[in-house]
Amino acid sequence: MSLEQLTYVFVVGSFFIYIAIAFWSRASSTREFYVAGGGVTPLANGMATAADWMSAASFISLAGIVSFAGYDASGYIMGWTGGYVLLALLLAPYLRKFGKFTVPDFVGDRYYSSVARVVAVICVMFISFTYISGQMRGTGIVFSRFLQVEIDTGIMIGMAVVFVYAVLGGMKGITYTQVAQYCVMIFAFTVPALFLTFSMTGHLLPQTGLGATLNNGLPVLDHLDDLVTELGFASFTEGSKSKVDMFFITAALMFGTAGLPHVIVRFFTVPRVRDARISAAWALVFIAILYSSIPAVAAFGRINLIETVNGADNLGTQYEEMPQWFKKWENAGLIAWYDHNADGRTQYAAGDAFTGQQHKPIYWGAAENNVARNFYFNQRHVINPSNGEFDPKVQPFANEIYVDPDIMVLANPEIAELPNWVIALIAAGAMAAALSTAAGLLLVIATSVSHDLLKKTIRPQITDGQELLSARLAAMVAVLIAGYLGMHPPDYVAAVVALAFGLACASFFPAIIMGIFYQRMNKYGAISGMLVGLISTIGYIVYFKFMGGDPEDWLFGISPEGFGALGMMLNFIVAYIVAHLTPEPPKHIQKIVQDMRVPRNTGSAYY
Amino acid sequence: MKQNTNAAKQYWHRNLQIIFSYLIIWFVVSFGCGIIFVDELNQFNLFGFKLGYWFANQGSVFVFSVLTIAYAVRMNRLDNEFDVNE
Repeated sequence: MSLEQLTYVFVVGSFFIYIAIAFWSRASSTREFYVAGGGVTPLANGMATAADWMSAASFISLAGIVSFAGYDASGYIMGWTGGYVLLALLLAPYLRKFGKFTVPDFVGDRYYSSVARVVAVICVMFISFTYISGQMRGTGIVFSRFLQVEIDTGIMIGMAVVFVYAVLGGMKGITYTQVAQYCVMIFAFTVPALFLTFSMTGHLLPQTGLGATLNNGLPVLDHLDDLVTELGFASFTEGSKSKVDMFFITAALMFGTAGLPHVIVRFFTVPRVRDARISAAWALVFIAILYSSIPAVAAFGRINLIETVNGADNLGTQYEEMPQWFKKWENAGLIAWYDHNADGRTQYAAGDAFTGQQHKPIYWGAAENNVARNFYFNQRHVINPSNGEFDPKVQPFANEIYVDPDIMVLANPEIAELPNWVIALIAAGAMAAALSTAAGLLLVIATSVSHDLLKKTIRPQITDGQELLSARLAAMVAVLIAGYLGMHPPDYVAAVVALAFGLACASFFPAIIMGIFYQRMNKYGAISGMLVGLISTIGYIVYFKFMGGDPEDWLFGISPEGFGALGMMLNFIVAYIVAHLTPEPPKHIQKIVQDMRVPRNTGSAYY
Repeated sequence: MKQNTNAAKQYWHRNLQIIFSYLIIWFVVSFGCGIIFVDELNQFNLFGFKLGYWFANQGSVFVFSVLTIAYAVRMNRLDNEFDVNE
């Protein structure tokens, strides 16, 4: 079978499995739709949480980011795993004991206020739609790269699949599809990583392979440091960001992870408090399997790239001798070459080979168009080369190469010369990563509309059946909006994601923590804290990301990505002061807080 | 009833102690070894890794996993001890 046929078989086959699972476990009550009936085993919930959490970005992009940023990207690795320690120790068990359906539900009930509930719903909507548009875009991109389908068509197919299984199955359907998706995803990521590690170092595990010694007698990381510094790049294992900034970025990602509503709700689906604790641990273990192999994939990928492009003599490789994967991904628009010194050899070094805002290549004509190729070497024509200047004291030649970071995962199986079925598996894995996260987010949006806005705020008299119907309708509308956002992505995707994490960190995390650990916290403190956290974080990010604020003016040198952590501190301080100036919460609320702290008598989620 | 409240208070107090000690480890391996003291630790070598880099990219992830498992086990014991298990 050809690669394309194999990919179709894997991708379409996995879609059928997801839909079949959803059909078999479709939801028939709001309790099943919201929290899967509350009877999910901790192990299954751990897998589902891992799939829910690991998005297209984790699966496709993170290794590439680490590959090019080195130590500077370690905030992502620590932040996106360390958040689970906070979840396991500080949030999951108590929220499970509290026994509600959604995060705004907790905020609204604990702070006995529909204002607090509505503020929470707005935060949920903002965070979830930001995120889900990226996932829909992700499915479209995977389709376009592996199956030669237009991105928009790919998004529509993704929408249809998510629509069927999320709207039909609710949380119950999503949970069991996510378990399947985790298996697909982890297999697809690990198999190429193991092969790559073995072929480069002889080690079996990427985690130890990264510390291995290469044939030239140097440890992998020392070799990589030598390679990149000779080419004028910053060292791979040392950072270029300030410590304060690293600290705040890592903190914002960590506390933001713990405050993400679609992750928190997963812990409402297990039967008991002890299950919530252990399933958070399972989730982290399942996530760690992927995350701990990312630095190895990143480092090996970077070494491979440099050695392939610059050749054994470190002077460059003749374009016609470049491997097939290089030309394949050039055709896909993820790689470009402009021969600055006109020697017919590809050369990779520090600096931008192309001009423009993001230094991405602009190709002249389509990949299939032979006229749109260079007459001598047959590479694709690019119309925005940089001037090719470089400092000969720092590096041997100008950079001639553009590489999209996603290459590090997408091209891995080809670089390691793995069979076609592994490449097809990567496509199915990437799709699983995007769909599982999209479905989780979709459910969070649907629940906050039908439960928190409709049932708890606007029309409390509706029946369970009507609420279930409205949840399904809300999910439908949300799919359409998400698809639209995926087709028309906001210009600054990365900046908007920083905003989502910053908001989760500065609004939800403190409100929930104080709701559990500080009995005296009342609605006035919580609401004013959330608002201060929200407004300061939005203001800072918008000013520096969208209104052209000068990085020189960063407060204490904290970049917008890290500001959420400072917003969180402001939230805590303001909430504490306001709570002390206003009356303490009513006795029955204080009783609920005390009750939440003791595991026994975990009821099922109630109204 | 009075005794009950006392036991609940004590249980909560013990829980907070456990959480606090685990969070110290959590902080030390990530923010401490991975960021604040990374340069100092990078002078040491661990199986081919610079130690600070290793903590930031792998070590912290492993420690996090162990911490969450240990917490779940420890709390189950505490629940039994105070007879608040489910």
